[in-house]
Amino acid sequence: MKGEETRLKCHKIVGGCGEGEALVSHEPICFYLTDPRTGIVREKTHELAGKNLANKVLVFPSGKASSVVQIDGLFKLASHKLAPKAMIVKDVETVLIVSAVLAKVPLVDRLEKDPFEAIHTGDMVKVDAEKGIVTVRKNIS
Amino acid sequence: MNLTKEEEKMLNGELGQGTKRAMELLVAIGDAYDAEKMIPISRAHAASSGQEGDLYFVELLANGGAECRVPTSTNPVYDIEFFHKLFEIPGDEAEVARRVMEAYKKVGAILSWSCLPYLTENIPLFGETVAFSESSATPYVNSVIGATTNREAAQSALAAGVVGKTPRYGLHIKENRKGTVLIKVEATLRDSFDYTLLGQVVGEQIGYGIPVLTGITRRPNTEELINFCAMSNTSGAVPMFYMPGFTVEAQTVEEAFQGDVSEDKITVTRAELKRSWEEMQTASGRIDFVMLGCPHYTLKQMAEAAKLLEGKKIHSGVSFWICTSATTKALAKRMGYVDTIEKAGGGVVVDTCIDEPCWTVYRDEVGMTDSPKCAYYRRFKDVVVAGLEDCVEAAIKGKYE
Repeated sequence: MKGEETRLKCHKIVGGCGEGEALVSHEPICFYLTDPRTGIVREKTHELAGKNLANKVLVFPSGKASSVVQIDGLFKLASHKLAPKAMIVKDVETVLIVSAVLAKVPLVDRLEKDPFEAIHTGDMVKVDAEKGIVTVRKNIS
Repeated sequence: MNLTKEEEKMLNGELGQGTKRAMELLVAIGDAYDAEKMIPISRAHAASSGQEGDLYFVELLANGGAECRVPTSTNPVYDIEFFHKLFEIPGDEAEVARRVMEAYKKVGAILSWSCLPYLTENIPLFGETVAFSESSATPYVNSVIGATTNREAAQSALAAGVVGKTPRYGLHIKENRKGTVLIKVEATLRDSFDYTLLGQVVGEQIGYGIPVLTGITRRPNTEELINFCAMSNTSGAVPMFYMPGFTVEAQTVEEAFQGDVSEDKITVTRAELKRSWEEMQTASGRIDFVMLGCPHYTLKQMAEAAKLLEGKKIHSGVSFWICTSATTKALAKRMGYVDTIEKAGGGVVVDTCIDEPCWTVYRDEVGMTDSPKCAYYRRFKDVVVAGLEDCVEAAIKGKYE
């Protein structure tokens, strides 16, 4: 039902609190392949190609691509105030942690439910990494 | 994480602000992975890049008085002096690169500016605990050498180099080094470009994981392994792999999976490699430049390029570049390879990555490369990807057919 709220436990990786519209990617993400001035994914073959990840709560399986570009990609988005508000991942990896620390984006994993079942693009999601709680408000339209 | 007294001192800033910032990052990572403690490392490789995120962190440490406690090598940025004479480089971009290189010097890093430090400037041994970032370096060090490293970022590797330790998690623990997916290679791999394509396909197919590859009949050489590492860890996140019989840690498939052989199985055929190769091409016909050396060319590859260019002339409309390390270029010069390449009209450049602002002059042009990684992050309009021989032939003719 629209407006229904679910609270899910998660594991904090990078602290902070972020809220916004969910954008779900079933494919790993490389932040370098987004436009640093808009936040639009410019990797042509990616499921999010053409979508804008700026200020969204990003749900994705893991990061990908070389460490150098991943960190620079997210850092550039953050310096233009276009980074995601928070990130929820399935598989954490060091490069993504460092990216999130440097860009100051809250990052969590180990959601108590499969994030791809619990969250869909367009849902309103609040990530409170400090308390280890993700709140999902469904958008069933 | 349980910290020793000395580690607590580092975290509190008693040993300087730079060391404190390094320690903070390592503790965040350790906590994320529920690591119990820190363990000493013998060396590190920071995948410096001369980009903004890199600058932010290395200056944070350098200005805080941090100095590397173990040998820590650096990745290519670009040869600022050389390129300034050649091309127009945006002033602010050059300034970022200059400051990055200065800051790495200040923290006492080995100024290798090379993406293959494990061959020459900073070589781990079997069983060493290290922190090596850079896409080819991480899987090479874990799989080919048999040292242990996580898939580090430039900053976590630099922080580990400064602290001399890393949290004990991930690939530093034996159980986490077991294979996750079986790859049956049904194609006959002929050369290093085939290993590039194999890396591309494996990374694409598995995303994050530790592949165990079977069906490889001939022992792969250094360059083939480097290419496989660079590509699988770029198109995917592959920090380690097994080729039982050829890599050091497991002699059998069973052993690579630590007895628990994966049900997941992917078959890679010649058709798969061909499809992947075709997907990389965005142009054909006339080319403006050729760019080789991503990852940096080894001495053997320099010799191959020189042999192909011996007595030939590169087409007047084509620029031809090979990126390598300062160490390799010095030796290649001594061997006569650099002269041969230059006589043919090509250039050999050191300290430089293909993904740097020094190349913006080519941004609207058609490039050719033997590296899909170079194509993937391309700073130019269109790209043709093929093996070294095809690249040299196209450079001479001015077009690829």
